Amino acid sequence: MAKRQKYTRVPIIRPKKYCRFKKSGIKYIDYKNPDFLMAFINEQGKLLPRRITGTSLKFQRKVAVAVKRCRHIALLPYVADQMK
Amino acid sequence: MEKTHYESVVVLTPVLSEKMLQDAVSSFEKLITENGGELIHKENWGLTKMAYPIQKKTTGFYQIFEFAAEADAQIVDKLELAYRRDEQVLRYLCIKLDKHAIKYNERRRNGEFKKAKIVDTTNAAPVVEAKVTPVTSEEEE
Repeated sequence: MAKRQKYTRVPIIRPKKYCRFKKSGIKYIDYKNPDFLMAFINEQGKLLPRRITGTSLKFQRKVAVAVKRCRHIALLPYVADQMK
Repeated sequence: MEKTHYESVVVLTPVLSEKMLQDAVSSFEKLITENGGELIHKENWGLTKMAYPIQKKTTGFYQIFEFAAEADAQIVDKLELAYRRDEQVLRYLCIKLDKHAIKYNERRRNGEFKKAKIVDTTNAAPVVEAKVTPVTSEEEE
């Protein structure tokens, strides 16, 4: 009788994510700079989750506020089809 | 008591003439200074393209004020009321600045961020050229 083959899961090695604000010591996120905030939104203009950008919770909240302010003064769109 | 710092962004209609724009800006400035506010910085971005149309207009004059005032002076209320009454204003935003924001704005005013960018490009440009030239010569050989 054939023995069932054992599968060993191969771990996927990814570089560790880090919070760019903690790493480079940025304490204030400027809402008047849409080019910088582009790193935290997808091509539809939606906020990217923390699990993708690696931002810490403290700064994710600040990013969210900055993006919303930036949208209000019409420097970033609320909805977009293809912005990048 | 220490004064609170505020920042205000106003988007004005693009149909204004140069003089009307200056009049509007100076009237807001006057409102700030008359109500016990201390104008720290003002910035005019000129005609800027907006990310989406507001009142069927795709561009706007962006004007930024940074000012300090007593927290109980109700200066922001008065300023926002003036913005709402003014038909030339497409959008406005008034926010309170925290200590990090004040520091950031000071550095921004001194042009630290702009300088950093300029330094980067000047350093990068010769390096790129130096790398590119030997590669092309090898390909030719």
